[in-house]
Amino acid sequence: MITPTATPLSISGYSLLALFFQFLDSFGFIVLATVGLAIIFGMMGVINLAHGEFILIGVYGTALAYHAGAPLPLGMVAGVIAATAFGVVVERTIVRHFYDRLLDSMVATWGLALVVSQLLLIVFGSSLDSISTPLGNVSYGPYSSSVYSSVLLPAIAVCVLAGLYALFTRTTFGIKARATIEDPETARAMGIDTDRMYVATFAIGSALAGLTGALYAPALGSITPNRGNTFLVEAFVAVVVGGQSVILGTLAASGVLSVFNATGSFLFGTFVGQMLLLLVAIVALRVLPDGITGYVDDWQQRRRAEE
Amino acid sequence: MSHESLSRRSVLASSATALGISVAGCSSGSGSSGGGGPTVGILEDRSGNFQLNGTSKWQATRLALEEINENGGLLDEEIEIVDPDPQSDNSRYQELTERLILQDDVDALWAGYSSATREAIRPIINENDQLYFYTTQYEGGVCDHTIFPVGATARQQLGIVTPYLADEFGEDIYIIAADYNFGQLSGDWVNVLAQENDYNIVGEEYIPLDETDFSSVINRIQSEDPDFIMSMLVGANHENFYDQRATNDMEDIPIGTSTAMAQGHEHIRYDPPALTNVYAGVSYMEELGDLRDGENFVEAFYERWPDANYLNQEAQNNYFSVYLWADAVEEAGTFDQEAVIEVLEGGRDISAPSGDLTLDGPTHHMEHEMRVARADENHEISFTNNERIGPSFLREEVEGGDGCDLREEDKTTQYVPSDVYDV
Repeated sequence: MITPTATPLSISGYSLLALFFQFLDSFGFIVLATVGLAIIFGMMGVINLAHGEFILIGVYGTALAYHAGAPLPLGMVAGVIAATAFGVVVERTIVRHFYDRLLDSMVATWGLALVVSQLLLIVFGSSLDSISTPLGNVSYGPYSSSVYSSVLLPAIAVCVLAGLYALFTRTTFGIKARATIEDPETARAMGIDTDRMYVATFAIGSALAGLTGALYAPALGSITPNRGNTFLVEAFVAVVVGGQSVILGTLAASGVLSVFNATGSFLFGTFVGQMLLLLVAIVALRVLPDGITGYVDDWQQRRRAEE
Repeated sequence: MSHESLSRRSVLASSATALGISVAGCSSGSGSSGGGGPTVGILEDRSGNFQLNGTSKWQATRLALEEINENGGLLDEEIEIVDPDPQSDNSRYQELTERLILQDDVDALWAGYSSATREAIRPIINENDQLYFYTTQYEGGVCDHTIFPVGATARQQLGIVTPYLADEFGEDIYIIAADYNFGQLSGDWVNVLAQENDYNIVGEEYIPLDETDFSSVINRIQSEDPDFIMSMLVGANHENFYDQRATNDMEDIPIGTSTAMAQGHEHIRYDPPALTNVYAGVSYMEELGDLRDGENFVEAFYERWPDANYLNQEAQNNYFSVYLWADAVEEAGTFDQEAVIEVLEGGRDISAPSGDLTLDGPTHHMEHEMRVARADENHEISFTNNERIGPSFLREEVEGGDGCDLREEDKTTQYVPSDVYDV
C-alpha cells in the first residue's frame, strides 16, 4: 500500500511566504468560524450546536441574493441580515428558555440544526450554484495564493475582533451587556433591561455567524444544506482552547491552532495538518483545562497574590 | 470509513430491528409489504452528505420501475417499491438493509453511493444471500456471489483517461485523492498504470474528506509542476479544490478524474473556468443523451422529475440495471433470487442509454463503453476516445490469472491492486 504522505515543500524564501499565506488563510477561517459561537457561549452560557446552520443561513442569504442579480457585497449584507433576523426569532422563541442550562441548550440547538438543514434541502433543493472566489491571486516565484482567502478574510477577521473588543469594553452597551451576564439581578436593579441585553447579545452572535457565512459563500466551493458542519470542528476546538475570555481567547486560540495546522499541512500534507490541530487541542485541554485565557488569568492572580 | 466504529451501534440497531420484527410478527401475522407481490428495495441518499449524487440515483431507479409497472409489470405482477431515505448515514443503511431484507422481503436491492456504505452493508447482504446491485463507479475488485457492481471500475475509468492525458500533455503525474478506501485504491490504480506505461508520479497526496482548504495542496502542485493532475477527490467539501485552482490561475494544468463532473455535475454548479480542462473517464453523462434508437432517457427522466438537478452517470447505471434484472426475471420465469442470479451469470447484452453493454457473467461486472469527457473554457462538454473496456482485472488478472469466476465458486471477496501488482 502507498503511504499517504505528500512531498514536502523545500524550504526557501518563496515557500516560507507560501507557508505564511497558508497560516493567514487558516487563521482567518478559524477566527471567523469561532467568533459567533464564542460570543454566544462566553457571554450567555448557551452552547449553540446550530452555529453551523446560522453560518449556513448567511451563506444561503448571500448566494440567493447574488444569483438573483445583486452584486456580491450587497448579497453579503443580505446574508448577514437573514442570519441576524433568524437569530432574534430563535432567541425569543427557543433559546431564552435555556440560559445557563448548558446541556439542555445543546439538545435544543442540535434539534434546531437538523430542522434548518432539512428545511433548506426541502425549500432550495440539493445545492445552490457556487460563487467563484473574487480577487484572483498574488503570485511569487513558482507559488500563488488567493487574495480573498489569504489576505482579505484574515484582515477582516482581525477587524472583527478589534471591533468587538471596542464594543464590549468601550461602549455603554458593552458594559450593560457584561453586567447582565455577570449578575442579572443587580443589573436589573440598576435599571438595565436585561431581556433586551440577551436579545442584543444573541443577535450580535448570530450576525457574526451570518457574516462568516456571507464571507465564505464565495470561498466554500459547494453550497449544500449540510455545509454547516464545515465550520463546527474548528469553532468548537477554538472556543475550548481559547477559554473564558471571548475575544482574546478566540484570537489566541486561532493563532496557536492555525500555526500548527498550517505548518503541518505545509510540511507533511493536509492530513497531518488536521491531526496536529486536534492534537494541539487535546494537549492544550490537558495542560490548560481553562483554556489559554484561563491560564493567563490564573497566572496574573497568582502574581498579584505574591505581591 | 467509519464502519468499525459503528459496529456496536449497528448491533444494538439490529437487535432493536429484530425485536421490532418479532413484535410485528406477533401482532399482525406477516410484514405489511412482504406478503404478496414482488418487492424491490431502493436505498439511495436523498439527504445528508451524499444527497447531491444519491437523489438522481433514486429518481432513475424509480423511473425504470415505474416504466415497467406501466407496461404491465413483471411476470404479470406489479412491482412494489420500498425506498426509505438512508440519509448518507452508514449505520442507518445497516438498519434499513436488514429491514428491507427481513421484513419487506425484497427480491432485489439497489443501495448506496459510497464504497464505505457498500462495505458497511456487505456483511448483511452476505448473511442473507440478498441479490444486490451496487451502481456507483468504484475502485473495483468486488467478487461476491450475490452482488452485481454494475458501475465502471477504477481500471475502466482511469484506464481510459490516464493514458489519454499522458499522450496529450506529458508523463509527469500528480495524484490527489480522498483519504478512504475508494481514494486510496484509485491512487493505487494510477500507480499501476504508471508502472505499465512508464509514467512518473511526481507527487501523491490523500486528503481527509472534511478538508475544504487546498492552499497547501495547490502550493505543492505548483512546486512539482506536473504535466497533469489525477484527481479522485470526493464529496462536497473537496469540490472547493476546483474553485481554488481557478483562483490560482492553474487551468492550464489539465486534470484527469474519475469522480468530478459525471456525478456532482460541478461543470454546471460552478462558473467557468473552475472545471476548464478537466477530463473525466466516464461511462455516461447527461450530455451524452440516449444512444438507443428512438428512445430518449434524458427527456423521460426530466418529464418524471421536473425539479431534478442532473442526470448523472450513476443514475444511468441504476436505470439500465433495473432493466437488466427485469430481463433476467422474465427469462428465469420467477423472482427467486438464486434463479435470477443464475440467469444473470450466463452473461447478458443490454441496450443502455450509454451504448450496447454486456454483463460479464463470471465476474458480475459490466463491459462498459468508456469515453473521455472534457470541459472547455465555457464548461461545454465534449466526448472523445470512445472505447469498450471490460472488467479485465477480475476476469484475467486476479488469482494468478485465473480470474474471479462466481459461476464456479461462491465468494465474498474484494481484490485490491496490491494482490496483483507491486504498488
